[in-house]
Amino acid sequence: MAYLQDEKPAEGPYHWPSREEARVIGKDHHRLEGIQKATGAAKYTYDINLKNQLVARALGCPHAHCKIVSIDSTATEKVPGVVHVHVLEHAQPGSEISWQGELLVIVSAETEGAAAEGVDALELKYEQMDVFTSDEDLEAAQNAGRAKKGGGKVVTVNEPGDDDDEDEFIEKEIARLFDESKTVVEGFYGIDAITHCCLEPHGSTVEWQGDKLNVYLSTQNVSGTDDGFANSLGVTADNVDVTCNYIGGGFGSKFAPDYWGVAAARISKETGRPVKLMLSRDQELKIAGNRPSGYINVKLGADENGVVQVWDSHHWGTSGISGGGVSHTVVPYVLVPKNYRRASTSISTNMVRARAWRAPNHPQACAITQTAIDDLAAAMGKDSYDVFMANLVNASNGKAEVYAEEMKVGAELIQWKKNWHAHGKGKSKGSVVEGLGMALHTWGGVANTSDCLVKIYPDGGVESFCGTQELGTGTLTVCAMVLAETFGLQTSDVKVNVGSSTYPFSGASGGSTTVGAVSESHRRASQDALRGILALAAKQLGVEADALEATAGRIQAKADPKKGMSWKEACKLLGLKPLEVTRGHKRGNASTLSNSGVGGVQMAHVAVDTDTGVVKIKKFVAVQDQGLVINPRTCSSQIYGAVTMGIAASLYEHRITDPKSGAFVNAELADYQLARLGDVGEIIVELYEPESERQRGVIGNGEPPAISPVAAISNAIANALGVRVPVAPFTPKRVLEALNAAGRA
Amino acid sequence: MSDAKKNRGPGSGFDRRAFLKGSGAAAAATVVHASAAGAQGAVATQVESGWKKIQLSVNGKAVTVNVEPRTTLLEVLRYQLDLTGAKPVSLDGSSGASTVMINGKPKVASTTLAISCRKKEIETVESLGGENPDAVPQAFVDNDALQCGFCTAGFVVAVRAFLNKNPGASEEEIRAGLNGNICRCGTYVGIIDAAISVAKGGK
Repeated sequence: MAYLQDEKPAEGPYHWPSREEARVIGKDHHRLEGIQKATGAAKYTYDINLKNQLVARALGCPHAHCKIVSIDSTATEKVPGVVHVHVLEHAQPGSEISWQGELLVIVSAETEGAAAEGVDALELKYEQMDVFTSDEDLEAAQNAGRAKKGGGKVVTVNEPGDDDDEDEFIEKEIARLFDESKTVVEGFYGIDAITHCCLEPHGSTVEWQGDKLNVYLSTQNVSGTDDGFANSLGVTADNVDVTCNYIGGGFGSKFAPDYWGVAAARISKETGRPVKLMLSRDQELKIAGNRPSGYINVKLGADENGVVQVWDSHHWGTSGISGGGVSHTVVPYVLVPKNYRRASTSISTNMVRARAWRAPNHPQACAITQTAIDDLAAAMGKDSYDVFMANLVNASNGKAEVYAEEMKVGAELIQWKKNWHAHGKGKSKGSVVEGLGMALHTWGGVANTSDCLVKIYPDGGVESFCGTQELGTGTLTVCAMVLAETFGLQTSDVKVNVGSSTYPFSGASGGSTTVGAVSESHRRASQDALRGILALAAKQLGVEADALEATAGRIQAKADPKKGMSWKEACKLLGLKPLEVTRGHKRGNASTLSNSGVGGVQMAHVAVDTDTGVVKIKKFVAVQDQGLVINPRTCSSQIYGAVTMGIAASLYEHRITDPKSGAFVNAELADYQLARLGDVGEIIVELYEPESERQRGVIGNGEPPAISPVAAISNAIANALGVRVPVAPFTPKRVLEALNAAGRA
Repeated sequence: MSDAKKNRGPGSGFDRRAFLKGSGAAAAATVVHASAAGAQGAVATQVESGWKKIQLSVNGKAVTVNVEPRTTLLEVLRYQLDLTGAKPVSLDGSSGASTVMINGKPKVASTTLAISCRKKEIETVESLGGENPDAVPQAFVDNDALQCGFCTAGFVVAVRAFLNKNPGASEEEIRAGLNGNICRCGTYVGIIDAAISVAKGGK
């Protein structure tokens, strides 16, 4: 039995079972933690209450731009139950604060009520300063000195000669291309900033045990936040353990400890007590994550088939105080003609810096450019489907054939041909008109770096350890499915451990990198661990290890299934010591198990009431490729969710600021409108997984389906009305304004 | 309170909005409330202040908790009874994440004062769990009606209460009747399917 005590199992090769061989992968599995969540047993960061803990609340800055003159906490300290007052480093008298909601003072108390009362009792004096939050208004931004040149690029087939003035040549060349175009379309489009609005706000509960810091953190980055705390607190990362078993939403906003997490640790150190500090709802919306806005002026020229030959655009927007906006690199989006000029302007506003939001840049780029493609179809009197199909020759990611197939699938599901009418030419039922629209998208989704430790115990027990996190995406279930597939077991036979920084490193869950990461690490570790078990069983059975397989709870000869033993009997051969195998994948390394680069097509069927301006989703179809699908159930749920979020961004949600004070006026859920259950209509999800896709390996899909909804819905509204509602969200007020502007109301 | 019985009945209760106006003014926060007293419906005003122990009935068990007039039912559940299924998402209750049942009706615990719950039956999502979970949470799992899960417990209670009142509800009724809760991950399709399956099963 000495085998594995001295010898390490071989590394690789690694592969997935074929569609025919797979028993677990590719089959619907309910999420393993589902019942804990559905019965309230799951403990989120907000639910962790430690003995003797203090509850902290913070004062958020009431002004969008000001200087702090003085801070008086005398009254706060007298509030019964208040134990500690902490003035944040960036909020000392004399400090300049540049956005509303920035935390200034943290009050820790015995109860939430006392902490809140302590915050109310704080007396701060401020000197207000000039404010700018009108990111949609380019001229106002220029006048206020808030605009600066952003990135841009010019590409033309004909290039300037050595003797040409480059700018002059480009100007003339673009003018010539427009002259030669069969159809020229000009338009303005935009999409307002939205917030992440995680239902569990950012925050943590922390406690020191001597020099050791335990952090229960609501995070998408269990393995990467311990050193963040350590760096800020002057300890080493081995003295910080971060735990996150459940997280109530992140969407790209929860990668770091954040200064309030570090402050909680400092307060805990000073008071000698555990501290819980979660942001309030308005603070969550004001400071804990938002997506940049984007507005664009576009002119494009197309040939007689509707293929865009030249694109000329200037877009602007804000990522907050440091300017920014939508990256020029994704404009125009996916469908990039041979000749284009794109320019951008970055606008600085008195808003907190944006954070990564599900497919950074892409949803906005799609919304402000694929709407122009649809207006081209309208101008030519063509079917939008045909114009999108024709423009696939311009697909910049080499996926034209995949898009074409996905468009066909989508068109069947939404009955495009049956429901299509020319823009604004549909029959109305009373004041209600219907319309169809589509859009398409792309995303990377490369597998992140991930290590996994698999332990097989001599009694047959199987356990894995990986410092990834379950965001609600189905990660835990995917890990269990991969182990069960490899070992010929059921998911209930394996125990998956994630959510702790003490486990082997696994990258942050962002960029749709997690399913690739964890399926890589769990498959690698389990395949090699199985090789160890097979070697032992082979000796016992007197056959070659290669002739054995693990299936249905047995290790048996492929050619003679009777020749074999149960999984438990095989594991007994380990003797006294469990078999431990750690394997991993490094982001960017070529692999047979994972891949990157996906497409996806979405189509919307809407009904618009021209009397009230209300838009309703009748039907929404999402066709999505993502390589090999491990769990179709949770994979589909990602798409349902992304589409639902997209419906919210299309019709309801946006950050509204007061242009005079810069106040974020709708930072509570009653005012920050999200889609509700009755708003989503019928959503149809189609996982596009022909063998050619399956062969590519696993690719993440958390982000791609969140990209197209706004453009698809905008195009459907334009098709219904024959009028473009330029800026998302397409609220009743904006629909009516657009109809008015077109003389249609 | 001198006579708890006087404050019972559907016309009683504390007005959180009126209370909030005065919150933060003093540690010994006070609540002024009017309640229908006696057959004539004369209005009597009572004042309560400071910490006091009260009895509540939660998931069929009598429990003693320590509250101020401003203490919400949600705070009591989460900090004193370790019942953290109901979630603090929005102060004004517009997310429905802290939905519990009080005397069988869905109520938002974040806008309900604990002292208004004396002599009432409080049921939290945890009462639907255990060894043999209720049909609603099981249907949520079966229809993947949850992702991050932070809204889920509130949604489960809302669906349970809705189907108790509307057994056999149609899809149309379900789409129209469950709009008091918010899910950010976008699980509505699954929730609709879950509610339909429970309604069809008659559970």
